[in-house]
Amino acid sequence: MYPKPIEHSSKLVNVAYRISLPITIVLWLMPLAAVMMTSIRSIQDINQGNYWGWPTSFNFIENYMLVFQSTEMGQYLLNSIMITIPAVMGAVALSTLAGYALAKYQFKGNILMLAIFIGGNFVPFQILMIPVRDLTISLGLYDTHMALIMFHVAFQTGFCTLFMRNFIVGLPNELLESARVDGVSEFKIFWHIVLPLVKPALAALAVLVFTFIWNDYFWALVLVQSDTVRPVTAGLSSLQGQWLASWNLISAGAVVAALPPVALFFAMQRHFIAGLTLGATKG
Amino acid sequence: MSEQSSVAYETKSLPVTPKKLGSRMPKHLVPWVFMAPALLLFALYVLYPIVSSFILSFYSWDGLGDKTWIGFDNYIQLFDSETFWTALTNNVIWMVLFMLAPPIGLGIALFLNQKVRGIRLVKALFFFPFVISQVVIGLVFSWFYDPNLGLLNSILDLFGFNTIALLSSEEYVTYGIIAAGLWPQIAYCMILYLTGLNNLSPDQIEAARLDRAKGFKMLRHIILPQLAPATFIAVVVTVIGALRSFDLVATMTAGGPWGSSTVLAYMMYEESIFNYRMGYGAAVAVVLFLIMAVYIAYFLVRMLRSEK
Repeated sequence: MYPKPIEHSSKLVNVAYRISLPITIVLWLMPLAAVMMTSIRSIQDINQGNYWGWPTSFNFIENYMLVFQSTEMGQYLLNSIMITIPAVMGAVALSTLAGYALAKYQFKGNILMLAIFIGGNFVPFQILMIPVRDLTISLGLYDTHMALIMFHVAFQTGFCTLFMRNFIVGLPNELLESARVDGVSEFKIFWHIVLPLVKPALAALAVLVFTFIWNDYFWALVLVQSDTVRPVTAGLSSLQGQWLASWNLISAGAVVAALPPVALFFAMQRHFIAGLTLGATKG
Repeated sequence: MSEQSSVAYETKSLPVTPKKLGSRMPKHLVPWVFMAPALLLFALYVLYPIVSSFILSFYSWDGLGDKTWIGFDNYIQLFDSETFWTALTNNVIWMVLFMLAPPIGLGIALFLNQKVRGIRLVKALFFFPFVISQVVIGLVFSWFYDPNLGLLNSILDLFGFNTIALLSSEEYVTYGIIAAGLWPQIAYCMILYLTGLNNLSPDQIEAARLDRAKGFKMLRHIILPQLAPATFIAVVVTVIGALRSFDLVATMTAGGPWGSSTVLAYMMYEESIFNYRMGYGAAVAVVLFLIMAVYIAYFLVRMLRSEK
């Protein structure tokens, strides 16, 4: 283990280390803590410039209720859910099929296809913007949930395919071969043998891609515009313009927007990190 | 496992008819059938748009009317435009300063790679900024920098420095945004290094310790070489992240004041969506794409070499 386990050091070092941990955490997350504090302040506090001191009253329920009552935040949240969940399912499904093909079949163009999926995943969004916008308009999807779902499924398929391929490569070939000898059809092999084995990877991938799609801002600006379809990222930044002085409400909105991916991350931390590094540490 | 063997058993007992998928299909087509849905969508939404943007960059187009072929005019205008050079310079500053993320991430990873109580939670909290939307991060930092109520100025004031309106200063604004961008990027690099540190070979470290290798020498000659894969990924995602920067610029300053904090990604968006200059915007996108293509190609070559 590197660095040396701290238990082998003197007692003083140990105590110092353990004290320094919470201090660094507080410093590291200070900007966020400030936002959370502000989201429960009263408007009097804000108007009097009491931003960093102790709140004179705790308006937790009032502020969060107000965000949902007097802004479209509830609708934005719903939109984000309606966009993110189908998009995650679509991307994971398509990439599991494609990842299996790239992992377990030797064919001409295999490496080229893998390179295309990986490379496409890194391109700047701007090179796609105008044609994707035109395509969305001509499909009659502009300003609908489907506009964003379709794009996210297509784009995330790049990363997801690499991820699934790297996972499936590690599955034993003998299992597939013996099924083939028994005359099981290729699709049944996928469905009954491969799919049950990749379930843990699917969870890891889904958590990760959920965060990517939920946090998207660029495409939310480019492909939709009305409040009835706008996801929470674009919604929040438009609120920022409208509610300029009510920092307590904007902060509450920011906390609401950040909460779903954060909750998912803490609930499935191990999956999340496994996902991030399986896609990454190879190579 | 029992599930699979029972499946295999069942299908074995069935008469294998040539009508079944996979037995009827020529063998070399099978992988393409599995890939077809993903490939089709990917081609439509990623591959075709890249080509299409290249072509569009040679046209003048307002997004509605007819397109007019103008050859290299968009590029000539672009290289003459001050905004373009500001954006490009800012992108270079982003890239240079973003390179702080891997070493700082490594530093934090080394600091946290211990087995004390609660360390899992501490690691998770350090990783936290990466999970949050950049819109929220932009909002948090705009506020942190606010000249009247921001914490930054309270701190500066406390130590007797002059306060500054960071986001309205042409000189400092880009650095302010980059600092906000570094926050989640450091978190990402940290997690890559933590995973790398987990996979170190204990034998080599023990051997080095027996040889009395210590401190910085140990890190440099024994640890860093083993962390090379993590470093490679960290550097690549950091460069790509710096070149992709859009969300923070859009939410914190919209490229201002007076275009001083714009980057290529934001300039492209502004020209096409606000100024209706689609061809010109496409030219900006092509330049950005070509810069990134260098890194993408480098990444692909290294990655595919390790596959073989």
